Amino acid sequence: MLLVIDWAMILEKFVLITVVVMASLGIAMYTTFAERKVAAILQDRRGPNRAGPFGLLQPLADGLKLFFKEEIIPNFSSKSLFILGPGLAMLTAIMTSAVIPWGDKVHFFNRDISLQIADINIGILYVFGVVSLGVYGIMIGSWASNNKFSLLGGLRAASQIISYELAMGISLIALLMVTGTLSLKEMVLQQQQGGWGGLLSWNVLKQPLGFFIFIICSFAECNRTPFDLPEAENELIGGYHTEYSSMKLGFYLFAEYINMFISSVIMATLFFGGYDMPFVNEANLSPNIAALVGIIALMAKVVFFIFVFMWVRWTIPRFRYDQLMHLGWRILIPLALFNMLVTGGLILYFNK
Amino acid sequence: MSVTTLLFILLSVMAVGSALMMLLTKSPVHSILWLIVVFFAISGHYILLNAQFLAIVNIIVYAGAIMVLFLFVVMLMNLNSESEPAKNYRLHLIGIISGGSLLLVLLAAVMKIDLAHPVMMKVGEAGLISKLGKTLFTDYVLPFEISSVLFLSAMIGAVVIGKKD
Repeated sequence: MLLVIDWAMILEKFVLITVVVMASLGIAMYTTFAERKVAAILQDRRGPNRAGPFGLLQPLADGLKLFFKEEIIPNFSSKSLFILGPGLAMLTAIMTSAVIPWGDKVHFFNRDISLQIADINIGILYVFGVVSLGVYGIMIGSWASNNKFSLLGGLRAASQIISYELAMGISLIALLMVTGTLSLKEMVLQQQQGGWGGLLSWNVLKQPLGFFIFIICSFAECNRTPFDLPEAENELIGGYHTEYSSMKLGFYLFAEYINMFISSVIMATLFFGGYDMPFVNEANLSPNIAALVGIIALMAKVVFFIFVFMWVRWTIPRFRYDQLMHLGWRILIPLALFNMLVTGGLILYFNK
Repeated sequence: MSVTTLLFILLSVMAVGSALMMLLTKSPVHSILWLIVVFFAISGHYILLNAQFLAIVNIIVYAGAIMVLFLFVVMLMNLNSESEPAKNYRLHLIGIISGGSLLLVLLAAVMKIDLAHPVMMKVGEAGLISKLGKTLFTDYVLPFEISSVLFLSAMIGAVVIGKKD
């Protein structure tokens, strides 16, 4: 045997990856439904209610519709890149889920299976790296379409994501100074111990300003309203996906919802204790039950954040482009720097 | 052959192959995309050497920021293979001379490699972020601060140039 491979580990990770990817896709699918329902409630309408009970089969109908639409590749587009664009958008959206701790561990077949695909040393930096790659899907797709409006949308997306990445990174540095670790699992473990059922050790209490900056930046990174200038339909027709049809368009739309889901998970993990259920001591439960409780706690937090995403989308109008840049560079970055300096100063003062 | 060797061969083929593709493709946009693949292959090599921080910073800074700006400029200027200016023979000559001297330097470096003491893969903690941070802020604090001043002056310079109409 030339290659020594731990087959059980590979199988375990493979199953875990499949489950996580499928779950992300399923959740993203129902997020589109939730978005339409939330929009309807906020605008005093009923929303989709024809397909299935309460309209619950609507996402399936939407998916089928997208699949059966005609696949159009414009004549003057660069074909390989035109196809690569949506694929990349989808890939980078899903890749982030690899370092998220979905729960502590489960015990099956006499093995402790960690509910995290990879607990790597650089944890949150990996997330940051993948997020910074997220712009390629949009840029490549928009350029390959060979359409002025698409290109403008793509360039807007690129400059917006680069600008808001800076403030996001600086707010993360302040968080890292508090936690002293880059591993997401380690951060969740730190947030489990603390007064008042673990609630007092949640990072949002230590870094309220950091969280505020982070959530604004993640709205911008996901291209959600009020930062959805890349697809501002009244200026740019449809933005970067003007030329796309059928499932390639579906991939772009879907990637946005997956991004939303993943960034909700990351916010819950970084600032709201991750899979930690407050007032429950997970150590007293059997591992499988504790894992289930953890996943339920994480999902409850995620549902809340996704609701916030939608709430903001249907409440706040879109920014003008100069307002967007002004907010990013003149307000958020100085605020994040201030937060970082204050955090560093306080840590120095209290550790002396 | 261990998994590490196999991965090393795979990553090396990927790096060299996509570097060649970067040089050989006519379209600037394709060139940039191949260069991004090269960065990923190099990051893979860093991970094999257990330098995870370097690997991810390579991706964040080069693939995630600098290449986006390259792509940005190329897309805005709409450079295509047709609009590329015709190169005259003098440019070719300069290219051959500079490329040849670079090759000479690289060859000299390769000749000096001590094959008896190869780099150990997946061992050593020098590349992990905590060790790296301690080293940077104790042993190399002066070069580190000087380079940060250099960055700051470059940033100010960029702002000044950008302000000029």
